Amino acid sequence: MDLRYTAEELAFREELRAFFRDNLPADIRERMRLGHAPSKEDTVTWQRILNRQGWAAYSWPKEYGGPGWSPVQRMIFLEENQLAPAPEVSGFNITMIGPVLIQFGTEEQRQRFLPRAANIDDWWCQGFSEPGAGSDLAALKTAARRDGDHYVINGQKIWTSTAHHADWCFCLVRTDPHAKKRQEGISFLLVDMKTPGITVRPIISIDGSHHLNEVFFDDVAVPLSLRVGEENRGWDVAKFLLGHERTGIARLGKSKERVKFARDAAHEMRANGRPLIEDPGFRQRVAQLEVDIKALEITQMRVVCAHDRSREGRPDPLSSVLKVKGTELLQATTELAMDVGGPLSMPDWAQELAALSNEPELGPVWAAEATRSYLFLRAASIYGGTNEIQKNIVSKAVLGL
Amino acid sequence: MDFELNEEQRLLEDSLARLLADHYGFDKRRTYLAEPEGWSRALWSQYAELGLLGLPFAESHGGFGGGPTDIMLVMEAFGRVLALEPYLATVVLAGTALRLAGNETQKSAMLPQISAGEMILAFAHGERQARYDLSDVVTTAKRRSGGWVLDGAKSVVLHGDSAQQLVVSARVSGQRDDTDGITLFLVDSGATGLARRFYPMRDGTRAAEISLSSVEVSADAVLGAVGAAFPVIDRVVEAGIAATAAEAVGAMEAMQSMTLEYLKTRQQFGRPIGDYQVLQHRASEMLMELERGRSMAMLAAMTLEEPNAAERAHNIAMAKVGVGQASKFVAQNAIQLHGGIGMTEEYAVGHYFRRCMVIEHMFGDTAHHLSRLADTVS
Ligand SMILES: Cc1cc2nc3c(=O)[nH]c(=O)nc-3n(C[C@H](O)[C@H](O)[C@H](O)COP(=O)(O)OP(=O)(O)OC[C@H]3O[C@@H](n4cnc5c(N)ncnc54)[C@H](O)[C@@H]3O)c2cc1C
Repeated sequence: MDLRYTAEELAFREELRAFFRDNLPADIRERMRLGHAPSKEDTVTWQRILNRQGWAAYSWPKEYGGPGWSPVQRMIFLEENQLAPAPEVSGFNITMIGPVLIQFGTEEQRQRFLPRAANIDDWWCQGFSEPGAGSDLAALKTAARRDGDHYVINGQKIWTSTAHHADWCFCLVRTDPHAKKRQEGISFLLVDMKTPGITVRPIISIDGSHHLNEVFFDDVAVPLSLRVGEENRGWDVAKFLLGHERTGIARLGKSKERVKFARDAAHEMRANGRPLIEDPGFRQRVAQLEVDIKALEITQMRVVCAHDRSREGRPDPLSSVLKVKGTELLQATTELAMDVGGPLSMPDWAQELAALSNEPELGPVWAAEATRSYLFLRAASIYGGTNEIQKNIVSKAVLGL
Repeated sequence: MDFELNEEQRLLEDSLARLLADHYGFDKRRTYLAEPEGWSRALWSQYAELGLLGLPFAESHGGFGGGPTDIMLVMEAFGRVLALEPYLATVVLAGTALRLAGNETQKSAMLPQISAGEMILAFAHGERQARYDLSDVVTTAKRRSGGWVLDGAKSVVLHGDSAQQLVVSARVSGQRDDTDGITLFLVDSGATGLARRFYPMRDGTRAAEISLSSVEVSADAVLGAVGAAFPVIDRVVEAGIAATAAEAVGAMEAMQSMTLEYLKTRQQFGRPIGDYQVLQHRASEMLMELERGRSMAMLAAMTLEEPNAAERAHNIAMAKVGVGQASKFVAQNAIQLHGGIGMTEEYAVGHYFRRCMVIEHMFGDTAHHLSRLADTVS
């Protein structure tokens, strides 16, 4: 047992830090520091810089364009990237479709899509959820009927994050409506978002942003060659996709970065006639969050180190632990940043700014952004399998209840 | 002990409930939000007709001599529908300042106008640097040729865009955090040297940043005693806490019933999600929090007229903490139990969530009031 990083791991961290320091564009870093959600442009710019270095596809093996890092190195990378703070690489591209194609894709599919996914030449989105199929994903109805060398898709997806930016969508569709078990009639298809018959309709979320969409399919033709895995075995692919990546789930670097930001900002704000940073209640709250972060950090390292030795590529119920605890921390740390701003966090300054771009700033942008991300991250305990569902998984798969 | 409403209060509750049922559906509310000031002038007149706008004022000033319980009923009803009108700013905040500190001339000039729905006011006290510290006032007022000159800035002034008159606090003596040396002034929002910039809050209600640069007011613009406004400010804020506590209770009720309805109708895995015991328990906990909040809002209302300032402050701080924690629990879980749909602008629950969030960050948040309470532990 040794909690310390090895000399190589420390050197690795230093190498990353130096690279981020020298290569992360200052304007992007500043926007991230102020708590803005990264724009499409900033995400693409940064992911391409990383990709030139061979790091964007951080979890992929070398032969497919990744750096071939160990799970510990991947964890360090994610944390340093979040602490920089830099936009995170596209999860859809790097931790979802990439590993899926590496595991289940044909060589042709890999050649065609992996390099473009790494360089974010294609922006991917995930078409799983439907109005009637959220937690109960296997209830999905969007149908793909075979017609010669094509499938023809009809139906509707919902909550499709960034579909309005996307070039491609990986979808779960029902190919056998008569299968005995619902899970057995589902296939995994890659859909070009430019195909005729696709309509994307925005859904504005409570933070005021356009992130979510509904996607409608009306006789959308998809070549059979764009199916991943066998027909009617798409559920296995989906399960792999949802369960295989454990290092990224907890987003601890993000929580750490938010606490650090809140601490810095608390020097500038006041409570009871002195700087907020000196307020005993505030200090206790920060200390508590740091305890919780530390605990989860060690748990994550235990999981990641075990991962180093076994279970490569297989789902692990411990990922549910990281998801629940990680999202709780992410929510608590963004709430902290919002609370530091106090009344100044409540105005939606930006709306006015957009209208009057030549006026001086109305109020602190970081405070408004802290609230925006507090609002958006209410979804962190909903997306990727709700925290209730994660706890069901733990009680069944770990506790055997 | 008596928690029953009297006949008049029941009538008030019923007629307001009817008015709001007719006029405050979620879709109608959107149209009010889209009006230039983000609320409905037409409804404001109806509130005046119902007697809501003069509720806390003396009959001699065109009011109805109502008390904190009446305001509680109104605010709860407003909370249920997320009413957007500047009732808090005009009647509760500025109204309390006028009621407690105004001289007879000021009261008889302004209160009847407020009651008739002809005057919107705002309470311009908070400052950028102050966060929740009520005595942190650096806006200054200096005597000049029989009147006063005001310089400084006021931040997050609720409905400061709509207000014709502002109740502005300014320092006439002493240092930044001193409770002594603060005076309240009635300032016309069109006064020379006064500039306003407007914006929406996260819940859609409007506010303003106000700057004062050599704004001249006459001697009779002083509200209350020169240099001795702090106790009044304190009571205005207490009234604001009691009112928004009731509003939050109304909002919690709405979230609770929406969530309950959703648990019964949303099907996953072939049955209503309300079949899952974990969600049943969560809904039960939401109810327990709602009832905690309701009790605390009642405490706030019933304590507002307590003459002992320390006891009043203590109970109000307790109410702010209790309601803040309750509404956070109810609001967070209301979204959580709705899943994705709860995250959307199109659905009502997120709007209630944001109103409770804004209320939490007004007049001192939970942490602020908990630390005030902690200071009194002996
Ligand atoms: C911001 C955001 C981004 C998203 N991005 C995507 C995306 O890109 N692609 C995509 O396909 N999907 C996406 N989703 C959808 C997400 O995966 C679903 O919202 C999620 O699976 C929950 O489904 P639902 O919204 O239908 O809620 P429901 O499944 O209806 O759940 C409602 C409530 O019931 C609870 N519940 C349901 N079943 C049970 C049970 N058996 N036991 C206990 N409690 C239960 C849930 O925990 C929740 O609290 C996103 C969602 C959000 C909010």
